Amino acid sequence: MTEIFGYPLPVILGQLMLGLVNGSFYAMLSLGLAVIFGLLGVVNFAHGAFYMLGAYAAYVGLDSLGINYWFALVLAPLVVGALGIVLERLLLRHLYKLDPLYGLLLTFGLALIAEGVMRDRFGSSGQSYPVPDALQGVFNLGFMILPIYRAWVIVASLAICFTTWFVIERTRLGSTLRAATENPKLVQAFGINVPIIVMLTYGAGVALAALAGVLSAPVIQVNPLMGSSLVIVVFAVVVIGGMGSIFGAIVSGLVLGMVEGLTKVVYPEASNVVVFLIMAIVLFWRPAGLFGKE
Amino acid sequence: MRPVTVFYILLVIAGLLAPWLGVYPVYLMTLFCFAIFASAFNLLLGYGGMLSFGHAAFFGFASYATSWLVTSQGYSTLAGIALGVLASALLGLVVGLIAIRRSGIYFAMITLALSQVVYFVCLQAPFTGGENGLQGVPRGTLFGWLPLKADEAMYYFVFAALVAVVLFIRRIVHSPFGQVLKAIRENEPRAISLGYNVNRYKLLVFVLSASLAGLGGSLKSLVLGFATLSDVLQSTSGEVILMTLLGGAGTFLGPVMGAGIVVTLQDMLSDRVGSWVSVIIGAIFVVCVLAFRRGIVGEFQALAVRWSNKRKPAT
Repeated sequence: MTEIFGYPLPVILGQLMLGLVNGSFYAMLSLGLAVIFGLLGVVNFAHGAFYMLGAYAAYVGLDSLGINYWFALVLAPLVVGALGIVLERLLLRHLYKLDPLYGLLLTFGLALIAEGVMRDRFGSSGQSYPVPDALQGVFNLGFMILPIYRAWVIVASLAICFTTWFVIERTRLGSTLRAATENPKLVQAFGINVPIIVMLTYGAGVALAALAGVLSAPVIQVNPLMGSSLVIVVFAVVVIGGMGSIFGAIVSGLVLGMVEGLTKVVYPEASNVVVFLIMAIVLFWRPAGLFGKE
Repeated sequence: MRPVTVFYILLVIAGLLAPWLGVYPVYLMTLFCFAIFASAFNLLLGYGGMLSFGHAAFFGFASYATSWLVTSQGYSTLAGIALGVLASALLGLVVGLIAIRRSGIYFAMITLALSQVVYFVCLQAPFTGGENGLQGVPRGTLFGWLPLKADEAMYYFVFAALVAVVLFIRRIVHSPFGQVLKAIRENEPRAISLGYNVNRYKLLVFVLSASLAGLGGSLKSLVLGFATLSDVLQSTSGEVILMTLLGGAGTFLGPVMGAGIVVTLQDMLSDRVGSWVSVIIGAIFVVCVLAFRRGIVGEFQALAVRWSNKRKPAT
């Protein structure tokens, strides 16, 4: 059997693949976080909760309404995104002129509410969501076994990340968005309804988190606390990548997921904290983050 | 005497009499430990303008350190507390050195991430008891002759610690150091241009706050006789933010009052409503942030100022 530094190659590749799956979730979540922060100046602590709600929307959809996975992929982000829009209109928009810390605290409160409600409704133990029929089975690549569903998660989230990057960096809509981030007053003066853009951006960021939630439902146990520990890792990813950069958010998400996977091979005890330790090192070396500008 | 001074004296008298009025001492002691924790947090947020989202790390780390030293290493109570506080001070130094490299929301996210490291250390380290935590922590004796096993003795010890911490924070805030801190909070670039080494001030207040938070944690482990993972959990960091915010950041009594309200709420509600405790706590967060950002004591102070301005004829 082939070995690298004494570790069997299939083990390394298997963990790398798992890491890449996790990294896809990190990338999608930190992407949404970065987009929301760019336009609203709000660090959305509830991002993990929206991710959890997305997974639950898929679970409830299948369990009680018979909505299958493919429809859930579309419907769950729409429903959760709409919830996000309502919260933005009712609550968040009152905070835009204040210190961004208040946005962080408000969304932290929202996350607690969402988790409490879901825990009351579904209990703390997880629910499992079946892998859709079309994506069951494995690819045998010869040197490793790749479950089809995991491959799909990686491909789908890469496509989603790329599309988001393309929309923001290369289209007219994206240039309006970026302009509104730079100078909302001036963009408003050009006759563009900035509050509507802000609202839709928040909705889109939230929908992205919910979509990640649906994608993750078949690979993890759907449970009310699945978002709260994830969001902390995503915060660290965002600090490492630098919050201003869409590209940075995607790349750091994917790479850190793989680093985490490799750590599981080499020194499993540290796999939970390796991202935070990398964050500490990056802060000493480049306080603004790898892709950020001070 | 100023009315405020009278109020403080009445509060202290009430605190001294409380065990004789039939209030459950363990509940009050828990409340005081969290009041110390919240006051420490307030020193950082209310006067230093830094929002740490991971303060439970210091509270819990000291709680574990003291429990371990007193239970299995045979240290005396006071030595256990002192070393627990020292441990959280050192942890505060390390976390502070990293976190003060950024400010604002980044500071909050970094402290949150680093507190998660402390959580995993407490979960996996060999001497912390993993999921079970450390149990059966003896209260021991004070100065070698005053046993703290009786709730009354322990009560006065913890109460004295709370009064001392509040007075100490008051002293810090009114010192020249405290004035510089406020200057940094209000306008950091100006403080830099005036020649202050801003980072040194920030680090010092961070370490001070971490140590006092550790004192709260050490005392808590002695009062209840255990240190558990919930002491270092992210939700505990959230609770101390809520206590401070609800009572009023930047006031001396606010955090104490906030701790009182939150601990009482949890005590009353946790058996009755289950998961709804977290919903209620979240809702209080939302209301606080939207409706009264100055907190209860802060709003009262603002009201008092307005009232006295009205009474005074315009000169």
